[in-house]
Amino acid sequence: MADVAAAPPRAQHNWSIGWGDAGPFLALAALVAIGFLINPDFLSANNIANVVTRSAFIAIIAIGATFVISSGGLDLSVGSMAAFITGVMILFMNWVAPSVGTAAIPLGMAVALVTGIACGLLNGTIVTVGRIEPFIATLGTMGIFRALITYMTDGGTVAIDRSLRDAYRPVYFGDVLGVPIPILVSLAVALVAAYVLYRTRYGRRCVAVGANEDVARYSGISVTRVRTLAYVIQGTCVAIAAICYVPRLGAATPTTGLLWELQVITAVVIGGTALRGGRGRVWGTVAGAVILEFIANLMVLSDFVSEYLVAAVQGVIIIIAMLIQRMSKR
Amino acid sequence: MLRNILLATGITTALLAAGPASAAEKKTIAVSIPAADHGWTAGVVYHANAAAKEINKAFPDIEVIVKTSPSASAQVSAIEDLSATRKLDALVILPHSSEELTTPVKAIKDKGSFITVVDRGLNDPKIQDLYVAGDNIAVGFNTAKFLVEKMSGKGNVVVLRGIPTVIDDERIKGFQDGIKGSDLKILDIQYANWNSDQAFKLMQDYLAKYPQIDAVWANDDDMLLGVLEAIKQSGRKEIKFALGGNGMKEIIAKVMAGDAVTPVETPYPPSMIKTAIYLTAAHFAGHAPVRGSLKLDAPLITKANAAEYHFPDSPF
Repeated sequence: MADVAAAPPRAQHNWSIGWGDAGPFLALAALVAIGFLINPDFLSANNIANVVTRSAFIAIIAIGATFVISSGGLDLSVGSMAAFITGVMILFMNWVAPSVGTAAIPLGMAVALVTGIACGLLNGTIVTVGRIEPFIATLGTMGIFRALITYMTDGGTVAIDRSLRDAYRPVYFGDVLGVPIPILVSLAVALVAAYVLYRTRYGRRCVAVGANEDVARYSGISVTRVRTLAYVIQGTCVAIAAICYVPRLGAATPTTGLLWELQVITAVVIGGTALRGGRGRVWGTVAGAVILEFIANLMVLSDFVSEYLVAAVQGVIIIIAMLIQRMSKR
Repeated sequence: MLRNILLATGITTALLAAGPASAAEKKTIAVSIPAADHGWTAGVVYHANAAAKEINKAFPDIEVIVKTSPSASAQVSAIEDLSATRKLDALVILPHSSEELTTPVKAIKDKGSFITVVDRGLNDPKIQDLYVAGDNIAVGFNTAKFLVEKMSGKGNVVVLRGIPTVIDDERIKGFQDGIKGSDLKILDIQYANWNSDQAFKLMQDYLAKYPQIDAVWANDDDMLLGVLEAIKQSGRKEIKFALGGNGMKEIIAKVMAGDAVTPVETPYPPSMIKTAIYLTAAHFAGHAPVRGSLKLDAPLITKANAAEYHFPDSPF
């Protein structure tokens, strides 16, 4: 971005993680320690790799949500959007596979990205140009995307072509030097996002718009453009998550991505981003997504909780994690 | 002005109502089912539409209309609207929930319609003229019996259950009854909400937690897909059986192909809606007595009879 040169050196201090921002990481460390005490298998390399890989989808989408939320917006449509992009991508790849073979995979990824950007642009335009509350606007598109994936699958399953299945599988199940690919992808996304949010003019405008819309407007920031772009970033992140998701089960169904939006928002907030806007924490968001997945994993690995009460205990742990985060800030 | 609108609306409604009635003794069968929001209900919609098409063609005097509804309250409105605009000779209904639909269906019964209830019963069984359902207990029981027999009565099993509902409870109960008296041990049982993604995660966790798993039972095929993927990734070889339930076409295809880990399947076929529509049509077209209840068995589907349960064109 051309804005980089214009970034004043003052922004430098944002790179170092201050004590006040350590909350989510403290919560994560506490959770890991408790997990190890409950069941030593918890820290086995296999289990850690599984769980962190699983958290990659939510983490990637939540990184996008960090932009939307810190700019004062909200996006409830991400789960349905992920399912919709997955569906479009699979149908497209199956369509071109007979003529281009495995080249269908990179083409499919491109289609997914374009679809994601278009979906984000749609959300952003409705919110900014249409001047509709983000909650209502994205509740609407959430229904639209969900209905479209149900329509595309006839309510059933659309599976990836058999000839592409094995070629694409490594994108979820493969690793580079022992690190699973989805983890590398989410790290890369987080690095780029942290750079954009902390080091570029756009990032600072994003947070400024979330902190106080009127002041931002009077200082000559185009609120419409900043917010719309945040939704486009969100759409791109959802597309990247979908690209990693497709090889896992190789199929899209009307229940794909169900309630992901709530997990995403929870991850963002646990991570220290203010839900009302004006403060964004990319690495905290990543920690938040991993925390959520660890909690679910711990519920299965421990024998303390009846299967009927799992959700209640998860709720309690999330609230405790938030309290740790809050207290470490004082 | 307002009066004119009301008058016009009244006339339109009257015309609409009179339309079908004047088409000489044509019998109307309304079919009210949940909208397709996951594999099984998608199958219901597919088979209901197929039955409607076939019966409309075979019996010119019968008209079958299919209406899908996304929720219980939408289903109540849908059947009220249907019965308000035309005379329903029969209503075939797969209720979203027993409680909410009982009174509205009774109101339609009181107007003289023949009522066929499918799958989930209403709170008052006196309302229905015909009841068609599968056997959820047998889904669990027959799977359990198969495992007990094939594993010589011993081994470690992990179970994935669906969404907390009567359907899920019955399947689990059937399974627990089926392994009673054997040394088959349920290591763990957790909810995965009939969702492939959640089943994938849960199975990964089971694999991390238990070093020796001999068999897995997911009480629905959507979940089985996630389970199979997790087993494949782990590279674990000790798991002899991974079984599902419901009769999804992908799993039936595995059974037909003689898969070693998934050699059998238990049906809870969405095509039961078709059975119900055909029987209801028989009441009018064939003058055949159909009042009563019909419980479809959940026999083990094996390589030998899998073709009977395979619908390659259905979404499920």
